[in-house]
Amino acid sequence: MGLTVPSDHQVVSYAPESQEGWVATRLDFLVNWARANSLWPMPFGTACCAIEFMASAASKYDLARFGMERMSFSPRQADVLICAGRVPFKLAPIIRRIWQQMPQPKWSISMGACASTGGMFDNYAVVQGIDTIIPVDVYVPGCPPRPEGLIYGIRMLQEKVKNERAADKGTRDEMEPDPSSQLYIPPSVIDELGEPFGNSVNQTRSGL
Amino acid sequence: MTRFEVVTTGESSGTDQPTTPKNIPHRGGAANPSAKALQDKFSSAIKRVDVVWGETTVYVEPGFVRQAILWLHDDASQRYDFLSDVTAVEYRDPEVPLEVVWHLRSLPFRRFIRIKAQIPKGAPLEIDSVYDIYRAADWLERECYDMFGIRFRGHPDLRRILMWEQYKEGFPLRKDFPLRGRFSRSEQLRQALAQNPEARYSMEELSIADAYAELPDEMRERLSKGERTGE
Repeated sequence: MGLTVPSDHQVVSYAPESQEGWVATRLDFLVNWARANSLWPMPFGTACCAIEFMASAASKYDLARFGMERMSFSPRQADVLICAGRVPFKLAPIIRRIWQQMPQPKWSISMGACASTGGMFDNYAVVQGIDTIIPVDVYVPGCPPRPEGLIYGIRMLQEKVKNERAADKGTRDEMEPDPSSQLYIPPSVIDELGEPFGNSVNQTRSGL
Repeated sequence: MTRFEVVTTGESSGTDQPTTPKNIPHRGGAANPSAKALQDKFSSAIKRVDVVWGETTVYVEPGFVRQAILWLHDDASQRYDFLSDVTAVEYRDPEVPLEVVWHLRSLPFRRFIRIKAQIPKGAPLEIDSVYDIYRAADWLERECYDMFGIRFRGHPDLRRILMWEQYKEGFPLRKDFPLRGRFSRSEQLRQALAQNPEARYSMEELSIADAYAELPDEMRERLSKGERTGE
């Protein structure tokens, strides 16, 4: 190697004539840099947001610039779950299972108004925000978000990944749902998140 | 004549091109000739014929709907060989009965007819299935049952299709159903997460039997041992 350690162990010296390059860095920085720039998305596209997601992945906006050129349609090889579109209650166990099948480290992006809050679908069939089913790292607003918006969300996620500490094991713990209810968060919080707002409070279909 | 045979007679077999009708009156246009034929054939079972924007609606007694549709399908002068839709309408006025609607199309004669049956207030929501006339009615009737709770007598596999099968809150498109469902959000989520995603489709539904010969050996072996993914 080009590195030689002097006898006093104080200084690292470099011998240019050895013609060998070397670099010193923090392990955290190296690992996070590699992770942040090779996030493989698991696309979970259920509605129009998926069209914008496809546009983001296509040549004009080109997600490959951020290391996401490979859509991982197998959750076992994916790093980031991108939920693009509304999630009906019937899909809730499916997105939950996909999330549980993804290996650590994993992140998730909730893309668009419907995935983040239920959007305009404040009805009997649609989950009021996927954060009631799975943990979410980044919310991308919009209906649907433009590709620039999604890319901004992805850049935010990359910032988050770059600031993680390898020593902090807590972020990598797999969340276990409550065994009886299968929920990650308490029912009262879910009810609060699903609380309607605006003029549609307690409105029935018939208006009776 | 056997059913499902290729039809080459009728108006669409001629050389005349189909034309787009123009200047259709809102009400009282020319009725589909099949409506008159239905009245001649079933007389008192046909309650009313409406023509709105050139489309004919025939109101039939609920007990005669299946016969009428069977006749429309089989008779050589009608040949309604395509079932577009089966659905239902519940009106906001609580006095108006719930209607079940069939949309039929005759490809040979280029005709469209809408059959409606009014289920009287207080009567059980039941009507005869047309599954044995049109296979297309299978999922359409299941959807109608799922959303309105109308039971189709004679349907071989009447269960929910849009909502999951253990859905407990009722029939979402009924007027007495609250827009957000009957349960709290957390309870809805808890029940939804309790489903088994793999229990949704039975081997029968996937028509595995049709493709049995092309299946991999390993899967054939598992199926022959009676394995199925359904409940």
